[in-house]
Amino acid sequence: MPAVDVPTIRKTVLNAVHRQMGAKMVEFNGWEMPVEYPAAGGIVAEHMAVRTGVGVFDVSHMGDIRLSGPGALPAVEHISMNDAARLAVGQAQYSAMLYPQGTFVDDVIVHRLGEDDYLLVINAGTREKDFNWVHDHTREFDCRVTNLSDDFTQIAIQGRKAVDLLQKLTDVDLSAVKVYWLTRGTVCGLKNILIARTGYTGEDGFEVYVPSDESTSTRVWREVLAAGKEFGALPCGLGARNTLRLEAKLPLYGHEISDTINVWEAGLDRFCKTQKPEFIGQDALERARAAGLKRTLVGLEMVDRGIARDGYKVRDEAGHEIGYVTSGSPAPFLKKNIALAYVPPEHSAVASLVKVEIRGQALTAQVVSTPFYKRPKKTGCQTRRE
Amino acid sequence: MSYPTDLKYTKEHEWIKVDGSTATIGITHYAQESLGDIVFVELPQPGAQITAGKTFGTVESVKAVSDLYAPASGTVAEVNGELATAPEKINSDANHTWMVKINLKDPSEVKALLSALDYEKFVSEEAGH
Repeated sequence: MPAVDVPTIRKTVLNAVHRQMGAKMVEFNGWEMPVEYPAAGGIVAEHMAVRTGVGVFDVSHMGDIRLSGPGALPAVEHISMNDAARLAVGQAQYSAMLYPQGTFVDDVIVHRLGEDDYLLVINAGTREKDFNWVHDHTREFDCRVTNLSDDFTQIAIQGRKAVDLLQKLTDVDLSAVKVYWLTRGTVCGLKNILIARTGYTGEDGFEVYVPSDESTSTRVWREVLAAGKEFGALPCGLGARNTLRLEAKLPLYGHEISDTINVWEAGLDRFCKTQKPEFIGQDALERARAAGLKRTLVGLEMVDRGIARDGYKVRDEAGHEIGYVTSGSPAPFLKKNIALAYVPPEHSAVASLVKVEIRGQALTAQVVSTPFYKRPKKTGCQTRRE
Repeated sequence: MSYPTDLKYTKEHEWIKVDGSTATIGITHYAQESLGDIVFVELPQPGAQITAGKTFGTVESVKAVSDLYAPASGTVAEVNGELATAPEKINSDANHTWMVKINLKDPSEVKALLSALDYEKFVSEEAGH
């Protein structure tokens, strides 16, 4: 059969390297991305590498929008729900952009790069929508909006050994970079590289933004993996990225958050600062809070033998449909079948039992506290043992 | 990958090994490779009837859910209980890890299935190389 040319599918500059490494490639939100590297061990091994050592991800499909100029802070404040005014230069925060009705345009990480200089890191599937949204809703502010999405190869180095791995490749003292802070320094001989202590795995780790030309990106990717060899580093695909973020209950756009789900339902209250002067979605959220919750996001653990998957129905014990699963999967580290689901508040108490409909069968699941996985706090004792 | 010549294959990536009036059924190496880490297998109880071309169970990897299609009709005589606790055995040796043993309703049904050679050809076309 002749190959059909599909021009809309996008590739990161590391595509050829992933293929050389035997990655299984899949389409994700318009991007051809590695889902796993079977030769390196596959999803479970990749997941475990991040939980116990370190894993390396190509996340260049993520988008980047820069807002700079005297009006950058008020602009960011206007379009995002967290309080960017609290950010020091070099600090980052989890936030979201909302529609006027208090539902999600996208979730973002806001980085304060400089005095009047902010970088929003956004999702791959919402790149164009987000850029247009930011562009259209910051017109009245004295700031420049630049789409830097194609300028970076974003490499995520994640796991408790991430700091040891990256320290081999940079002159920056990484121990001085706190979680959700960022800095610039030399990485793999490249000057002035943005290094952020952020990630999407529930582990400590870094995201490094290198120039997106193929030869530079390929060299850095290979050097990172080579430096990680002594720590058992594995290249990791989107499969492990998804199971890792699910164990840590980190939301995924189109699943836990979307244009029909509001902030309170998603349980992201602590990232939403309604007391700040003004932002898009604020009024609707105040009203929604007064009206009370109709559904809320809960963690489920399967009691019966079965795996809840995205979109499966949730029923009460009497068999009435009460909600749905937003993400569900076997959890490789926890070795349980877990899920996130929207259910009415009266079914959301920990230890409540619900049914998940799996291929026509109503199987029992229990509401559990979340996140399912929380990384152990690093103690002085542990640091000394390293 | 070369596929054992004493097995017959379906286009849904199951294999069947006939021994007189009984047969064992499993999924192919290609199937396990496409699925990735297998974590769950749901199989019928002994005594259940399965019908050629119809689903008789499910196999799930971390990422995906896939139906199992019966290569031939018959009555389930035995289920590989080991797979309930160690489904990853399918990943390590799919072509030799059986899931169910059936008493064939009509052993001649199997003749219509793919030979190892035809299956290999089919798989290489499906994989696009």
